[in-house]
Amino acid sequence: MNESTHAIFTRPQSYQDAVTHYCPGCAHGIIHRMVAEVLDELGLRERTVGIAPVGCAVLIYNYIKTDFVEALHGRAPAFATGLKRVSPELIVFTYQGDGDLASIGTNEIIHAANRGEKITTIFVNNAIYGMTGGQMAPTTMPGQITATSPRGRNVKECGYPIRIAELLSSLRTPAYIERVAVYNPQNIVRAKKAIRKAFQYQVDNKCFSLVEVLSTCPTNWGMTPQEALKWQETTMLPYYPLGCFKTPGNEVE
Amino acid sequence: MTIMTRILMKGNEAIAEAAIRAGAIYYFAYPITPQSEVGEYMSRRLPEIGGVFVQAESEVAVGNMLMGAVSSGKRAFTSSSSPGISLMQEAISTMAGAELPVVLINIMRGGPGIGGILPSQADYFQSTKGGGHGDYRVLVLAPSTLPETVDLTMLAFHLADKYCNPTMVVADGMIGQMMEPVEFPEKYKEEPLPPKDWATTGCRGRAPKIIKSLFLDPLALEKNNIVLAEKYKLMKRDEVRFEAYKINPKNRILMVAYGTMARICQTVIDDLEEEQISIGLLRPITLFPFPIQEIFAEAVKPNIEVVLTVEMSMGQMVEDVEAAVKGRKPVEFYGRTGGIVPTPGEVRDYIMKILAKKTPAVKSRKGKGE
Amino acid sequence: MPGVIIDKGYCKGCELCVKSCPQQILSMSKEITNRGYLLAQMHDPSRCIGCQICALVCPDAAITVVTHGQRYMLYDY
Repeated sequence: MNESTHAIFTRPQSYQDAVTHYCPGCAHGIIHRMVAEVLDELGLRERTVGIAPVGCAVLIYNYIKTDFVEALHGRAPAFATGLKRVSPELIVFTYQGDGDLASIGTNEIIHAANRGEKITTIFVNNAIYGMTGGQMAPTTMPGQITATSPRGRNVKECGYPIRIAELLSSLRTPAYIERVAVYNPQNIVRAKKAIRKAFQYQVDNKCFSLVEVLSTCPTNWGMTPQEALKWQETTMLPYYPLGCFKTPGNEVE
Repeated sequence: MTIMTRILMKGNEAIAEAAIRAGAIYYFAYPITPQSEVGEYMSRRLPEIGGVFVQAESEVAVGNMLMGAVSSGKRAFTSSSSPGISLMQEAISTMAGAELPVVLINIMRGGPGIGGILPSQADYFQSTKGGGHGDYRVLVLAPSTLPETVDLTMLAFHLADKYCNPTMVVADGMIGQMMEPVEFPEKYKEEPLPPKDWATTGCRGRAPKIIKSLFLDPLALEKNNIVLAEKYKLMKRDEVRFEAYKINPKNRILMVAYGTMARICQTVIDDLEEEQISIGLLRPITLFPFPIQEIFAEAVKPNIEVVLTVEMSMGQMVEDVEAAVKGRKPVEFYGRTGGIVPTPGEVRDYIMKILAKKTPAVKSRKGKGE
Repeated sequence: MPGVIIDKGYCKGCELCVKSCPQQILSMSKEITNRGYLLAQMHDPSRCIGCQICALVCPDAAITVVTHGQRYMLYDY
């Protein structure tokens, strides 16, 4: 390396120096980094407030260098509503997992989306409850073995997994809703594009934006990180199709 | 003679199995540290015995699912931890007002708010003084060891049915996570219970029944509250339970502690006995109804210099102890919170400070010329 | 010549970079970091094309990609 060596990929500015507590190979790290990179690129760090969830990402405030408020389990969209309504000049985002958004917080996310709150939600879907030790989530796949579905998720008793992106896109209020994945570098590039679009909609004060990111949980799925990415591609992807489900302007009549 | 096998079990799992043995095979819950293992155990066991396990979307939903389940007359229960129990308060108040039997297990953790995941006893006020709105009480049982946890869990179902009132078993994260040998009786003996003729089971052959807590007529609502108050009077008369540990006329201090804290205090008492310092422990087993008369009777004895309350909180039960003692003796408090479990050493050090008359309540008494 | 620097303070030995490198020039070393993880390493710097895919997939942002001279963006990230 000679003196004109320069770095073309570094840790984002909006990233703290802390080592994360996430398991090796956990996709939370990839998604956190993408959020931090977007905040850097759009110059939003100093006017952003994040709302932390309850879940593995409860300590996100130690990793992303913005103001944060810690919300109760599932209530992040309500916190974000309160904050954004009184301080509309702030960029407010929530970062939530399956339990937080798809289980206890379904009420809050539906109504925040329906009222068209100008907030951005990053929904991390890894088909399991990570932090509490691998229990079944509303997004758990049929037949998937978890700590509270030891014989596999039985759809006759527990129903089918909830598809949040589709559910929210059925609302009339304008919104930007997209589902992305991280199982290979190509999809990581697309995921970041979607996250950037979501924050840009908030900067333009247009609408509610939500990016559902298919993620992994190597520890509770009982796989290596690489196997977990493969499982996402083979098992989650057919059920949770990727793509943009809603942009402001194509509302259902 | 029934021979019972002893099994080494984790507290959370022992609670789950005890409930199953008491006939409660309907369980609704949401995972929360440090009690998720109760749900995981139930999800394995209940399908084997024809029970029902539902992981609800939130604790709010759990409280309401429970109400629906017990309205049919079946024994249903849930387990949760402090923040989850907070979410159930509306449902608990409503079940008390509608006179429904239900059992809740609270594996207490550090608070307030999201707090921490380590043990605490900071839900005393929440359990015994209401927690929810309106004039109601919850019968609260506080076990100290795992075998007692098994017994009290089974007793909770019996008492809930006896009084048609919510009953809570408060343990803490230590009890939930530790392992001890426990025994489950082959057949759990219960006194005869009143029939559940209020249950909504379908009105074939009888007039329809309504389970409700709404009484728009104020006189009717007052009557409901009086009915509830009479129940609580009966509980205070008949259901007070406590344990006296090494209480004798040589005691200089009366300690009051419950749950895991009581176990630690027993070690302190044993250690101090070897140093010729005599301390006694009155361990409430029912937090409501509180052993008010019993604490008063012990505290006023001439040999007792000080009453010491030890809790894993900033001081909640101590207020009930002060009320029970009626100002006749100084009441001191020692506690740690945040999830910290005090060591016998620190409790012992505080006792030595008390005996050297260096603690607040004792010092203020000296000033008043007692 | 492009290359990567893997920060041993952040690397958790998850092997995602090793598996995703199109040139297969990354592997796990025998070095254990002070958190107890095996450290990833670039064992053949001469064949690095600076595609940044390893840095993209790293969940711990442990990888810095360096190069010198003019650089064309291979993709819009």
